[in-house]
Amino acid sequence: MSIDLSQFFEVFFEESFEGLDAMEAELLNLVPGEEDSEAINTIFRAAHSIKGGSGTFGFNSVADFTHVLETLLDQIRDGSRPLTAEHVNLLLKSIDCLRALLSALQAEQEPDLSESIELRKKFEHILELDESSNDESTNSSEPLAELNTFQIDFKPHHHLFKTGNEPLYMVSELAELGDLDVVVFHNEVPDIKELAPDDCYLSWRFFLNTEKPETAIKEVFEWVEDDADITISLCGGLFEDLDENSVESEDKKESQPADTSPKAATAVKAKPSTSAKVQSSGASSSESTSIRVGIDKVDSLINMVGELVITQAMLSQLGEQEVTEATFASLQEGLAQLAHNTRDLQESVMGIRMLPISFVFSRFPRLVRDISQKLNKQVELKLLGEQTELDKTVMEKISDPMVHLVRNSLDHGLETVDQRIAAGKDPVGVVTLNAFHQGGNIVIEIMDDGQGLNTQKIKEKAIANGVISETDELSDKEINELIFVAGFSTADAVSDLSGRGVGMDVVRRNIESLNGSVEVASAPGVGSTFTIRLPLTLAILDGQLVKVAKHTYIIPLISIVESLQIDVTKVSRVGKDLDVLRLRDEYIPILRLYNIFKHQGAIETLDKTLLVVVESDNQKIGLLVDDLLSQQQVVIKSLEANYQKVDGVSGATILGDGRVSLIVDISGLIKMSGLRKPGSQELIIESQANLEAS
Amino acid sequence: MSALLNELNSNLTLEEEQGVRQFLTFIMAEEEYGVDILTVKEIRSWEEITVIPNAPDYVQGVINIRGTIVPILDLRLRFGLPRIEYGALTVVIVIKVDLGQKTKIMGMVVDAVSDVYSIIEKNAKMVPTFTDSDNSEFVAGLVNVGEKMVALLDLKKTMDI
Repeated sequence: MSIDLSQFFEVFFEESFEGLDAMEAELLNLVPGEEDSEAINTIFRAAHSIKGGSGTFGFNSVADFTHVLETLLDQIRDGSRPLTAEHVNLLLKSIDCLRALLSALQAEQEPDLSESIELRKKFEHILELDESSNDESTNSSEPLAELNTFQIDFKPHHHLFKTGNEPLYMVSELAELGDLDVVVFHNEVPDIKELAPDDCYLSWRFFLNTEKPETAIKEVFEWVEDDADITISLCGGLFEDLDENSVESEDKKESQPADTSPKAATAVKAKPSTSAKVQSSGASSSESTSIRVGIDKVDSLINMVGELVITQAMLSQLGEQEVTEATFASLQEGLAQLAHNTRDLQESVMGIRMLPISFVFSRFPRLVRDISQKLNKQVELKLLGEQTELDKTVMEKISDPMVHLVRNSLDHGLETVDQRIAAGKDPVGVVTLNAFHQGGNIVIEIMDDGQGLNTQKIKEKAIANGVISETDELSDKEINELIFVAGFSTADAVSDLSGRGVGMDVVRRNIESLNGSVEVASAPGVGSTFTIRLPLTLAILDGQLVKVAKHTYIIPLISIVESLQIDVTKVSRVGKDLDVLRLRDEYIPILRLYNIFKHQGAIETLDKTLLVVVESDNQKIGLLVDDLLSQQQVVIKSLEANYQKVDGVSGATILGDGRVSLIVDISGLIKMSGLRKPGSQELIIESQANLEAS
Repeated sequence: MSALLNELNSNLTLEEEQGVRQFLTFIMAEEEYGVDILTVKEIRSWEEITVIPNAPDYVQGVINIRGTIVPILDLRLRFGLPRIEYGALTVVIVIKVDLGQKTKIMGMVVDAVSDVYSIIEKNAKMVPTFTDSDNSEFVAGLVNVGEKMVALLDLKKTMDI
């Protein structure tokens, strides 16, 4: 009976990545010298399950590598080896390496083994060092006759045959030394048309169980040392693993060594030779396609569906009865119940998509550690509000912009230790990530206590780049906003961390594409704070239906400040055709929606219409509409899926009667109306100043 | 019975070998146009539509087809023909267009649906290019069906807006 294991691959990869994340988090918490057996245990368990899983699925490159890692961890766990900073660094590196290996396997690509081999050597070096010293002290003479398993990688250069060497002889010779297992890699064999018959395209991996020393093996390859890459390493217990794991030997190639070796050649499933090279990365998107949900959330969903079914049964029963006053009343009651059920159900379903933001935050301790080491700065990372929940799709898209902002804070924001001491600050800089809910939004703050933005430098740079002219009078806030303009960077030297000037505008664009906003506040010498505001979910929004001429539009409720009838006496005309309403202490520019959307037949006189005051990017504008209709939750549908982006419209939805209605994009409208000067957040500043002067 | 089936099957394969494809044809301004029937998703009657602001005039708006927002083009206006009032025969042909990177579902308003023809593709002739005709770019080829001439539409160009 054969079971198709591939159906479990996705689960294995997901669990492995989770395991790696857990290992990483624990490792970062470890302090060398201090024994935290719980943490070590967690790391060990994660490594062990990755090893087990990868072995089962035939990913031997991962299993081999994890094995050495596990050996080291085991020794640390049982206390026979103290944990050092070197170990932690090595383990962290190997987590990266494993992640790369697994990602490659997941995308069905040939994994790059060079790094794992190198790391493996380092591990073996550590392990051997210890063993040899142990051997000297405890059992002084290591018996030569002990059975060892050697892993020999033999990769001949193409011209091997031309030098008159025959690998078959070497294999036979090896087989004489002990028990031999052979894996042949034939993925380099080209198409028959390009194949040169006198070139060697094969390479081999041998597992040799022998009593002979390493030198005996070296002797076998003595004549081909210069014509091949040969690595010989000692591995413990791998032999048995391999036999077990390589059940699937469909890759078996009937080449010479296979016939000569005592046991038949076993090829490793992790190297599907046919697909190894041809396959271009099959849409290797990092957004994962499955989600893990707590059983309690599922239970509550089932409860609600149960209620829904009951309500539905009640309603259909009512539908069969004759309509009387009494049935009508209970029908209404039933409908109210249905509305209630639907809303609950909707909230629970949305809840499934909500995950705590710690999923994003958890990657930062490592990032901060690596970068601060590279920059030679001392940094403490504080995480606040990790349990704040956020829609999964939003979360996946926010993590890259956040990485960029944190890197920026570390690179540009925080000073070096010397500078901090000179400025009378704590030598350890603090970067704080904070997340919390505010209204229907989630707010993420990235704070550092560094030098703050250098407004002078930004201004000079902006003038040099032609973003602003020298005569422009800008407030500090406006200057700080300039860092979000494309092609802007203030770093004196371009480092590999940041400073290429392609960053901040992309950050802003990414966040805006999620209907969010990003702002910066900064004080010289005190630090800077980047504030990201995002909607909790992308799928549903509370909308206000409005009428413009005969068309129905939806304004997101969250951006509405107030709706009012216009007091015509407080309206002044600025410039040629802009009306501005004085509302309490503010001047609100009035946008005529029918003008922007070019609709005929709308009410044009101000006193007969309604003004919906909306806010976007800290700017208020008034939208002139004919009438306010109902408020309702709407499911956002994409217009771009079958059409294209429409200016001033962020999406569409389907109303209760089946008609399509368009959702107004406030910041898009402001852009279209030309109210905002390019590169500036301030709206019609001059006109406001003019008004006050008059 | 099975003999009949066999004959049918052999006919089918024969047709396939000869590159026979079925085309749905429709009428616009007395001319007959054809689209590959495999691209057609459904045919609907004209219904109330939601206007898209600032769209080209041939984009009538969007409608809801079972939860999907589908843009509707007026093919007359797309071809620069005079607009006519929509009537009882006015139909919307909903098609799936392969636009290279992605496929889009779109609807096109035509005067009336005509017929389904089996057409051998290689019989289609190139469109003679006249400098004063700007519609020839939308036509992939011309075929004769009996006495009539049918213009096969290049959907990709027609719907690329």
